[in-house]
Amino acid sequence: MWRSCLRLRDGGRRLLNRPRGGLIASEGLWPSPPAPARAYAPPAERKRFYQNVGITQGEGGFEINLDHRKLRTPQAKLFTVPSEALAVAVATEWDSQQDTIKPYTMHLTTLCNTCLDNPTQRDQDQLIRAALKFLDTDTVCYRVEEPQTLVELQRNEWDPVIGWAERRYGVEISSSTSILGPSIPARTREVLGSHLASYNTWVLQGIEFVVTQLKSMVLTLGLIDLYLTVERAVLLSRLEEEYQIRKWGSIEWAHDYELRELRARTAAGALFVHLCSESSTVKHKRL
Amino acid sequence: MAALGSPVRTWRGLLRELRYLNAATGRPYRDTAAYRYLVKAFRAHRVTSEKLCRAQHELHFQAATYLCLLRSIREHVALHQEFHGKGERSVEESAGLVGLKLPQQPGGKGWEP
Repeated sequence: MWRSCLRLRDGGRRLLNRPRGGLIASEGLWPSPPAPARAYAPPAERKRFYQNVGITQGEGGFEINLDHRKLRTPQAKLFTVPSEALAVAVATEWDSQQDTIKPYTMHLTTLCNTCLDNPTQRDQDQLIRAALKFLDTDTVCYRVEEPQTLVELQRNEWDPVIGWAERRYGVEISSSTSILGPSIPARTREVLGSHLASYNTWVLQGIEFVVTQLKSMVLTLGLIDLYLTVERAVLLSRLEEEYQIRKWGSIEWAHDYELRELRARTAAGALFVHLCSESSTVKHKRL
Repeated sequence: MAALGSPVRTWRGLLRELRYLNAATGRPYRDTAAYRYLVKAFRAHRVTSEKLCRAQHELHFQAATYLCLLRSIREHVALHQEFHGKGERSVEESAGLVGLKLPQQPGGKGWEP
């Protein structure tokens, strides 16, 4: 019965004739990597096909040139960024690829692509709501009840951050040990929502990215307002894990690996937020 | 408050990261756009008559963030290469793990082109 259901009318000829790779293979800029010899191995990485990376200024902003070709986003739009510092950082990312291109090391490029393409098509309200949703299960508000040393560690490290956030924004953020999490009053949500609404879409994408990495809205606010460094914010986010590592030891290929990856992503998100939200002017003093 | 440390340390760390990035390409790191931009930014924000300069603190914070980014990416790639970069074993190696050897068929298997 199974075999009769699977019989195709044209004998499967239509499927066999379709070119491998689809749209991406037909475009010249991204030659498709060779198919792996074994069916379940990951696809071979693309080789570095350019020698020089340059930056030019177009009408929309700054563009990146790989040799003489302009860099494009995955949806084939022209890659433009509003800030020169961001363009320099993205160019450095592309320049640092040796032999093969590793897209998982190019966090700033990925963030810019997400902002330019907006593949999930989220508008400003959806981004703000997605970021504020983390407030209900914020890491620094979720406390344990035992062991006692961990309770004290959480209190000593996380309470100052919550206190700072409450003073800075004039809101109430409580911590709780119950499984339902803290109860955030509606006024807190409104105040923080209107604060986030003052940023443009690019900055909001960056903020939402950092919130997803750190699993905490409060720590992200600390990063944006220059209250916490990236290393400190990541440490606070992974507080329980650091406690267990100190007690039981660190496994390099898991703990250090995840720590570096989290730091890289958070640093990329924070840098992205700062570079997109600044507008610097140089005023010369008349001597 | 953010324990940023001294700007000199951040600057030296950034130079070291740029040196590592450009070591493989062989090009001196002073030619890169990143180096030129950083030099310009650090110089521009040094000359100020204010004692507590917010822009200076912002620049130092961004520089420290960028340093953290470059350093973590380099360490992450190094850890990946060391622990997760070996990929799958070939069929011959997998057979050798349990003491078997693949058969040698000089005429080919018959269905290969």
